[in-house]
Amino acid sequence: MNMRNYVRFEFPSLAENVSFARSCVGAFAAQMDCTLEEIEEIKLVVSEAVSNSIIHGYENQPYGKIVVMATLLDERIMEIIIEDQGVGIADINKAMEPSFSSNPDRMGLGFTFMKSFMDELEVESEPGAGTRIKLKRCFLVKDKEALA
Amino acid sequence: MNLELKQVRNTLLVRVKGEMDMLVTEKMRREIDKKLDTKQITNLVLNLEKVTFVDSSGLGVIIGRYKKISGLGGRMYIVGASASVRKILMFSGINKLISMYNNEQDIISI
Repeated sequence: MNMRNYVRFEFPSLAENVSFARSCVGAFAAQMDCTLEEIEEIKLVVSEAVSNSIIHGYENQPYGKIVVMATLLDERIMEIIIEDQGVGIADINKAMEPSFSSNPDRMGLGFTFMKSFMDELEVESEPGAGTRIKLKRCFLVKDKEALA
Repeated sequence: MNLELKQVRNTLLVRVKGEMDMLVTEKMRREIDKKLDTKQITNLVLNLEKVTFVDSSGLGVIIGRYKKISGLGGRMYIVGASASVRKILMFSGINKLISMYNNEQDIISI
């Protein structure tokens, strides 16, 4: 793998860490040739995945471990992996349906945002064995010289 | 996140400052619902001018308050959402349920 740069960090499943995780990956993404709008989208999907781990994976218990790894595969492609060791997802297809949420005060849009703002989304999960979300985003080459 | 609640006759004006994610949604829900439960409120105006980030947890609080005020026979409005926040609101379809305005004066003049 032609790995250019990466960042990997872990933290307990506390709501205070959602903002830290998205800001950290957003700041890491800023070294790519991408727009502020694209960075906002990256921050949003990280926020969704980490919130899912805390709310669903660890059922709001603060002692779970969440690992985030962001990798720049090349100048244009970023991969983000969010892993937890929580309760897992019994029916991944159902969990990924828009507006499916186990809580009436939530919109069930987390996976919809991940699918819409990223180019690839892979979910690996098993009940009792945690969840691993792999997201990939390709950025357009904005430098005209690079297109020549 | 900072929350400012102001009641003007039967309208509850809520000015939110900061990021709307799962860390702050419970506090928002609790504080707004406490006011709505007094049953003197028929309009809810949510000012998002100073909100820099919203995710689906934040959207959940907004839609939850919309359901609540609608159940009480009232109306809800969103004002001042920045371009990035507005994009998320529109993506979720909330803009089809809740009217969005540029500033508080736009609602007062309706």
